[in-house]
Amino acid sequence: MGKITPENQSVVVRFAGDSGDGVQLLGSQFAESTALAGSDFSTFPDFPAEIRAPVGTTFGVSAFQINLGARRISTAGDQPDVLVALNPAALKVNLPLLQKGALIVLNTDAFNERNFSKAHITADPRQTGELDDYQVIEIAISTQTLEAVKPHGLSKSDAEQCKNFWALGAVLWMFGRDRKPIVEWATKKFAKKPSEILAGNLAALDAGHAYAETAELSAEIPQFVIGEAPMEAGEYRSITGAEAIALGLAAAGELAGREIMFCGYPITPASSILHHLSKMGDLGIATFQAEDEIAACCAAIGASFGGAIGVTSSSGPGIALKTEAIGLGMAVELPLVIVNSQRGGPSTGLPTKTEQSDLYQAVYGRNADAPLPVIAAAGPGDCFDAAIEATRAAIRHMTPVFLLTDGYIANAAGPWELPNMDDYEPILSNAVNGDAAGKNNPTELKKAIWNRDQSSLGRPWVAPGMEGLAHRIGGLEKDIETGDISYDAANHQAMSDLRAKKVAAVAEFIPDQEVEQGHTKGPLAVVGWGSTHGAIWRAVEEARNEGLDVAQVHLRWLSPLPKNLRRLLSDYDRVLLPEMNMGQCATLLRDKLGLNVIQLNKTSGQPFKVAEILGAIRENYPGAKQAAE
Amino acid sequence: MNKPLTAKDFATDQEVRWCPGCGDYAILKCVQKTLADVEADPNKTVFVSGIGCSSRFPYYMNAYGFHTIHGRAPAFATGLKLANPELDVWLVTGDGDGLSIGGNHLLHVLRRNLDTQILLFNNEIYGLTKGQYSPTSRVGTRSPSTPTGSIDAPVSPGAFALGANARFIARGIDTDAKNLSPVLKAAREFKGAAFVEIFQNCIVYNKDRFEDFVAKKTAAETQIHCEHGKPLLFAKGEKGLKLNTSTLTLEIVDVGDNGVPVEDVLVHDETNRVMAQMLLTLPMGSYPMPLGVIYRDPATSFDDAFTHHHPTQRKRTGKVADALRKGSVWKKN
Repeated sequence: MGKITPENQSVVVRFAGDSGDGVQLLGSQFAESTALAGSDFSTFPDFPAEIRAPVGTTFGVSAFQINLGARRISTAGDQPDVLVALNPAALKVNLPLLQKGALIVLNTDAFNERNFSKAHITADPRQTGELDDYQVIEIAISTQTLEAVKPHGLSKSDAEQCKNFWALGAVLWMFGRDRKPIVEWATKKFAKKPSEILAGNLAALDAGHAYAETAELSAEIPQFVIGEAPMEAGEYRSITGAEAIALGLAAAGELAGREIMFCGYPITPASSILHHLSKMGDLGIATFQAEDEIAACCAAIGASFGGAIGVTSSSGPGIALKTEAIGLGMAVELPLVIVNSQRGGPSTGLPTKTEQSDLYQAVYGRNADAPLPVIAAAGPGDCFDAAIEATRAAIRHMTPVFLLTDGYIANAAGPWELPNMDDYEPILSNAVNGDAAGKNNPTELKKAIWNRDQSSLGRPWVAPGMEGLAHRIGGLEKDIETGDISYDAANHQAMSDLRAKKVAAVAEFIPDQEVEQGHTKGPLAVVGWGSTHGAIWRAVEEARNEGLDVAQVHLRWLSPLPKNLRRLLSDYDRVLLPEMNMGQCATLLRDKLGLNVIQLNKTSGQPFKVAEILGAIRENYPGAKQAAE
Repeated sequence: MNKPLTAKDFATDQEVRWCPGCGDYAILKCVQKTLADVEADPNKTVFVSGIGCSSRFPYYMNAYGFHTIHGRAPAFATGLKLANPELDVWLVTGDGDGLSIGGNHLLHVLRRNLDTQILLFNNEIYGLTKGQYSPTSRVGTRSPSTPTGSIDAPVSPGAFALGANARFIARGIDTDAKNLSPVLKAAREFKGAAFVEIFQNCIVYNKDRFEDFVAKKTAAETQIHCEHGKPLLFAKGEKGLKLNTSTLTLEIVDVGDNGVPVEDVLVHDETNRVMAQMLLTLPMGSYPMPLGVIYRDPATSFDDAFTHHHPTQRKRTGKVADALRKGSVWKKN
């Protein structure tokens, strides 16, 4: 079939199989080889909520999608160009995603009556004509794998487990990638297993590669040419959002010179943050797995009271449980970082699927008037900086801060240019008035403890153990000056005002909103927040290539909004706001800025496709029909 | 130290606002006095509480304090103690706070054995919300929410603590400072979760609930003070508890000339979990109320294990700049 250099310099590959087939490993190792080849990429692991759904069923299908390119890649790709399907269920589930003409590699060993019936397939799709519009390559991957690993004496089930390595070998050949780094990685990974496991997997890897290269079928198997992407000179690594948050929190602790005390409770898709952090003890991170979400949040606040940086993390339903404690954290003016890896909801919803629907919860979701700063990360790499900024704000203003990510960012990976730690300012806390310490004058002491910095309204961070500063805090309304319990009407008003002003003050410390692509005024701006960044970026780029005067504005701080945002957005005739919810940021902009926006909402559990946003841009562009014609 | 500390040194400038005659006053006084006696450092002492009458306690203690949310004080205390294991952390809770909404957290702080003193003020009623029955209220308790008498079987705080694998369980009475103070000292010395149930008189909603065993006049007959290594005697030594080996229960026996020799009376062994179980579940009324340190069997505390299990967590030895480069890093020129 020869070599294919795609017109738009990128290819979308999707691997799909049973949840026990090692599809995620296959995909992530292919991503690694892509990174080492210097191409840009973005991945999207898409797996079921069941740990091991019954083999061969459609609800047990696990997939891993990667978009790789010799240009900037901003999403995991709209439609796969290549699908590797390890069984009929995987084909059935993923076929609707493909564009016509896509290449499908099938493991024919799995195409039998038993698997058809498990996947509720009435007739062999290879014979019904439904694959006519695609290029189909049929390979007996399981047979080939068993044959390849036979000399190493693996049990049949262990031998069958090697088929993801066989498929990986074949795909590496298809993209002209080096096997060596994979061999090195596998050697480390299987070091503690019986030696035949490593030998078998490497044999399968080699066999897959050799098969694709030399089999007679090779005339049929295309080779894609995806070269290096233009990227700034520097050091890069591949990173997921969850890893970047963990490292960002570690960096925040280092910049503040304080221990990070992370208190969490397992929940998908937030758990991986706990897993990463629990290996970072040497970076001054302590992790505590609490008995429930409420305890996790309370323990984190207890840690902050004790002078460590308390961090808690969860996903929507877990955040709901933490709500009362978060309100207390605000009332007592202690720092706390709350990471919310948003997922499909409401209630248990779609645990493994992505959504941006906890924005109301973060901005508005507490009893009484309880405003909090909210920052949202735009992608895996941005999680690092967002975690530092969230921590900085929490300590500067002495308040809980929400850090929003989502299931897509948490699991997706892409190349990330390593930051230079010397570029970051230290994180400082407000100083106690030195005269008050040690003086046995309760009135002066309380004033020192509640003496808020005039610009940030953050108070000094006084922790038990500090000499001469013993004091009491609590959830009952406190006197604005002394911190003593106060039911005074005017004082409650003053405290409510203070809490609102404190969040507003964050805007004084954050950069003005900038326009990422396009002009600072014009017919249409596309505004986004969080993980839609990549899809919006690409859609706006394409629209601009089509000659549409479209701008991209991406929000990072959702509460407060940047000071110049209203003015900036007012300079566009129309504002389009795509978000993976029913219009929560749209409400926010209407509420806080009095701006009307055109909503583009999606809650399918899947990230936006570039085409969906591009379509909305064309549709809403003033006079777009004429322009498009 | 210039002059000996007194209870006053641990009092704050806040006006104490419990109902006149509330048992909490006596407990507050006893805690303040005990801390003065042991020369505790207010700068390193922290009182953490939940919600309820008892949970106002931190405001009245000259130490660090945190009045948190309903039932969750154990979780706050856990984070605090792990962040700074040097602190002397006291948890103050009530039967409603600790055993209703906070039952889960109480269970976990006990089984983890966090080095804290947990003072559970038990008055068998909800005071702050005006007198509804609580999880320790006896069946038939008439209250605004149970006008015809409650039907819930009550929980026994001591038996609950033992079931949660608590390593220190003690009991005291609000107004009996003479016996409560040594219990508080023992709790403070204990390295681990020290659970102290304090019978507390709610003068408004459950007045004199415990009068049958706290009344000074009859106390000798109705209380049994447990001391490790000493026979379980009461009624001025005229009565004692003996193990009935056929039913595996404790029975009351007369001691001396008209009864059994003192050697037959069970000797209190505070490390014996089975004995603790029997003492903590003695039926109320027909037996004297066991008081003092009923169970004490130290084990590694959670904060100790936490620090030693993650030895690097107390010391930052690595650099983030290096951590960023762990794994596969490539260069673009």
